[in-house]
Amino acid sequence: MNSLLSLKNVETYIDQYHILQDISFEVPAGEVTVLLGRNGAGKTTTLRTIMGLNPPTKGEVAFKGAIMNGLPPHDIANKGIGYVPEDQGIFGELTVEENMKVAIKKESDDVMERMEWILNLFPDLKTFWKKPGGLLSGGQKQMLSIARAYVNETELLLIDEPSKGLAPIVVEKVMHSIQEMKQKTTIILVEQNFLMASQIGDSFYIIDDGRTVFNGRMQLLREDESLRRKYLGIA
Amino acid sequence: MELFINLTINGLATGMLIFLLAAGLTLIFGLMSVLNFAHGGLFAWGAYAGVWLYLLTNSFIAGIIGAIFMGIILGFITEKWIIQPVYGNHVQQILITLGFMIVLSEFLKVIWGPNQIAVTPPAYLTGSWEIGNILIIKYRAFIIVVGLLMYALIYYLLKHTKIGLIVRAGVINKEMVQSLGINIKRIFLYVFMAGAAMAALSGMLIAPYAGVIHGNMGMEYAILAFIVVVIGGMGNITGSILAATLVGLIGSFMAYYVPELSLAVNMLIMAVVLLVRPQGLFALKG
Repeated sequence: MNSLLSLKNVETYIDQYHILQDISFEVPAGEVTVLLGRNGAGKTTTLRTIMGLNPPTKGEVAFKGAIMNGLPPHDIANKGIGYVPEDQGIFGELTVEENMKVAIKKESDDVMERMEWILNLFPDLKTFWKKPGGLLSGGQKQMLSIARAYVNETELLLIDEPSKGLAPIVVEKVMHSIQEMKQKTTIILVEQNFLMASQIGDSFYIIDDGRTVFNGRMQLLREDESLRRKYLGIA
Repeated sequence: MELFINLTINGLATGMLIFLLAAGLTLIFGLMSVLNFAHGGLFAWGAYAGVWLYLLTNSFIAGIIGAIFMGIILGFITEKWIIQPVYGNHVQQILITLGFMIVLSEFLKVIWGPNQIAVTPPAYLTGSWEIGNILIIKYRAFIIVVGLLMYALIYYLLKHTKIGLIVRAGVINKEMVQSLGINIKRIFLYVFMAGAAMAALSGMLIAPYAGVIHGNMGMEYAILAFIVVVIGGMGNITGSILAATLVGLIGSFMAYYVPELSLAVNMLIMAVVLLVRPQGLFALKG
């Protein structure tokens, strides 16, 4: 399997709390890998561990075969990993334009092309280009956060709970855009909304109590109600 | 009326000097969440190094450049070896920076002696202009102009340059800035060095204004800078200049009418702001 990112027996502490106890998974290039699990299972910490925001204390995080343990978050991001946090991380007092400018490393033709593509995908951002990010709606903030993470040369996009707190119609919009982005980059998606995750995802890993407990192709979970009930508590 | 205008000019000049000291402090506070009590020490070292060079060369400009240079070097040393090991721990920050402030002040006395050093403005900034019955002291006008120019420069850098944009973003969400591939530690260092340079410049400019420099001047003025940072809002440069002007004006008028209460009134305002609007009177972020 052509694996872009791999985690092997990763453990992470936050202060004295042993949050990730044994996380192992592989992310194939060009696919959407979904991390599923109950609230507090360790999904968000897994993404933060990959980004170096909560560095692993044990185990191995490798991107394109190179170990990333110990690297600061900016070095990890500069390897081509974009991060869309659960709270979107919008710089509320900066305009949409300024939010994008902070993210852009170099205004090359390639970046401008990506910018054009992403703004066509999220036309709302063009409309509110000069508006402070803090005044955008929840859905628009999510779009801005995704656009900002993607605008540079991004080989892997980590997206944490993009549907959280959004109205169903907005969720559909955001999900449609992630479908579009799937054609261009590899994605790790953390999502509570199984229906949506199952539509986008190619493969899945279930995390429970800080451990990866089950994985497979998404079709398996779509078709097997007993599995869903066992691991996710849903029908 | 003349008295009112003279007190106002005096207050504005004091306000600008405090602004220069507070500008660095507010950015360091806002961006790095660092309580830097050593800031007054950097200010005092700027004053001593600048005055020493000024008296040696008889060039005020050389003194200013020397002070800024000293601020940059001390800023680098302080951030690298004093601040970096205690990021995220406010208690340790207070203790270590307060300790370093005392060390800096004592070393001043070792190098330049324990006595006050008298300083006068250069000949071209000595004297005053007389407009009607109003006397405008040249050096005070000079300080006001320098303060406003520095504000304009900082404002421009923050609003219209990429590094300024990153600093503003960093004040809001450091973690996100890192996640976008920006080395926030390096930005911290630059901001700290720039803040220290401004503190040192303020120290140099205050010397001829106060007439003397002494080893304990750091703590004396740092208190005013902290008041300004609290009133103005952390990380907010426009808030800082407005608060510094307010503090300067209150100091000037109170010193004339009720000198015993000059510092107390500013302290009282700070306490009220902390209780009623802890994010600062002019804070942009809540």
